[in-house]
Amino acid sequence: MQEVLRFRPLEAEAVAREDFAEEARQFRRSPDMPSRGLSLTIRGLRKSFGDNEVLRGIDLHIPAGQSVAIVGRSGCGKSTLLRLIAGLEKPTAGSIGFGEQARAEDIRVMFQEPRLLPWARVLSNVEVGLGRERSSADAQARAEKALVEVGLGDKRGQWPSVLSGGQKQRVALARALVSQPRVLAFDEPLGALDALTRISMQRLLERVWRDQGFTAILVTHDVSEAVALADRVLVIENGRIAHDFNVDIARPRERGSAELAALEGAILKNLLEGTEDTSDDL
Amino acid sequence: MSLIDSLPRVRAPKLPRADGLIPWIVPLAIIVIWQLACVTGFVPARVLPAPTDVALAGWKLLLSGELIRNIWVSFWRASIGFLIGGAIGFAFGLANGLSQLSAKLTDTTLQMVRNIPHLALIPLVILWFGIDESAKLFLVALGVFFPIYLNTLHGIRTVDPQLIEMGRIYGMTDGELFRRVIFPGALPSIFVGLRFALGIMWLTLIVAETIAASSGLGYMAMQAREFMLIDVVVLSILIYALLGKLADSASRALERLTLSWHPAFQKH
Repeated sequence: MQEVLRFRPLEAEAVAREDFAEEARQFRRSPDMPSRGLSLTIRGLRKSFGDNEVLRGIDLHIPAGQSVAIVGRSGCGKSTLLRLIAGLEKPTAGSIGFGEQARAEDIRVMFQEPRLLPWARVLSNVEVGLGRERSSADAQARAEKALVEVGLGDKRGQWPSVLSGGQKQRVALARALVSQPRVLAFDEPLGALDALTRISMQRLLERVWRDQGFTAILVTHDVSEAVALADRVLVIENGRIAHDFNVDIARPRERGSAELAALEGAILKNLLEGTEDTSDDL
Repeated sequence: MSLIDSLPRVRAPKLPRADGLIPWIVPLAIIVIWQLACVTGFVPARVLPAPTDVALAGWKLLLSGELIRNIWVSFWRASIGFLIGGAIGFAFGLANGLSQLSAKLTDTTLQMVRNIPHLALIPLVILWFGIDESAKLFLVALGVFFPIYLNTLHGIRTVDPQLIEMGRIYGMTDGELFRRVIFPGALPSIFVGLRFALGIMWLTLIVAETIAASSGLGYMAMQAREFMLIDVVVLSILIYALLGKLADSASRALERLTLSWHPAFQKH
């Protein structure tokens, strides 16, 4: 707790810069409108599966409300890191702490697969996301609101099997959002979607992150997606954080702009160089 | 107006309200051919009586009340035996699907018992229970037990582990996880077991009634054989077919009702 309180003012300073264009201002939260997100501090985190050490000492601080992308080659441990943050796995050593006492409903995960219950209508699938608040009187109203937020208000009574892949993933997003989480972890959420659906989903993710101010942790193998969405990109190699890039580009970000492309190039170069000495499974 | 719009459309020929009747065309045709074969003397009446004779025999038995009584007795035995065996099979399927300990403890034993043809137990069952009601109920319950057990177990074991993980993440209690994820996920497989079990239910009951009973459809057929009443024998066989079809239709209706989410049951 102490640790985290010390980080707070630093974060506020970083955000409180006066030189934004008026348009950019609305895309970044100002210090007088505090983020709802939780900050996250990871110390000496290790995780082994049997003899295989997947994470070999991760130290990381994520300020409240930041959106962080984690990139790396497959098998580098990025998904394991996300599962540890979400509490789906227990660390072998080290600790993960949130800025404040987190309720179960405060931390939500969205996976590559929508994981919707096929035997529940869209609306009840979203209600699942309320967790222990599921039986509250306003559960249905909240679920409906979350569905409207992802643009599927008219699909509330449908079976998941009739939805398209992108729509299913949007229902999964509504389910993750309905409890108003303070940390939202995404594990390759757009990995299974086609290119056009991906882009519209990226916009949607950016918008809900902006509106709701949660701390976002996005695991992806797509560097262009990482630089388009995140404030910060971490590159993980061999179970360690190899690079930590700040994406200091104003929002809304224009896909394909020179700035994004340059940063993407730099990150890709780092990723590829890092693989030179362990080029076994490329 | 484009060229394609102006072309005449090919339409499937419209059958007026015939959809429900199509499945009955073949059985009706068989009866008609059968009747013709008997009337023309192609099939002698002592080998196979004509459908009209069978219907007449049925009408006489109906008037005497014997038919209804025997059907009712068989139906009662089938249902009670099914309920007992199905409930036990379902309970074991649940227990062994949800608990490793329970599965380790009982599954091997159940698999051994499963490989004994349950009808082979008839001599033993007669020695134990005589030709009492309990003998028939025991055999039906035993026959129904295994398909329900195996398919319930299989259904629970094959529920998508990702959905179970999702349920846990979203804070479902064990009870909710069962009610909202595991049971609905296992249901399609449980229905497969149910339909298998219904078939085995009739088979077991008829065999048991044929060998050792003093009432019921199987008994009626055996009595008729004693007195060379071939029309009653054929009537019994036709009633088995109808009852089997009825049980299958009932389980299908139940399936449609509870699995309406399943793509296979959605209206197009």
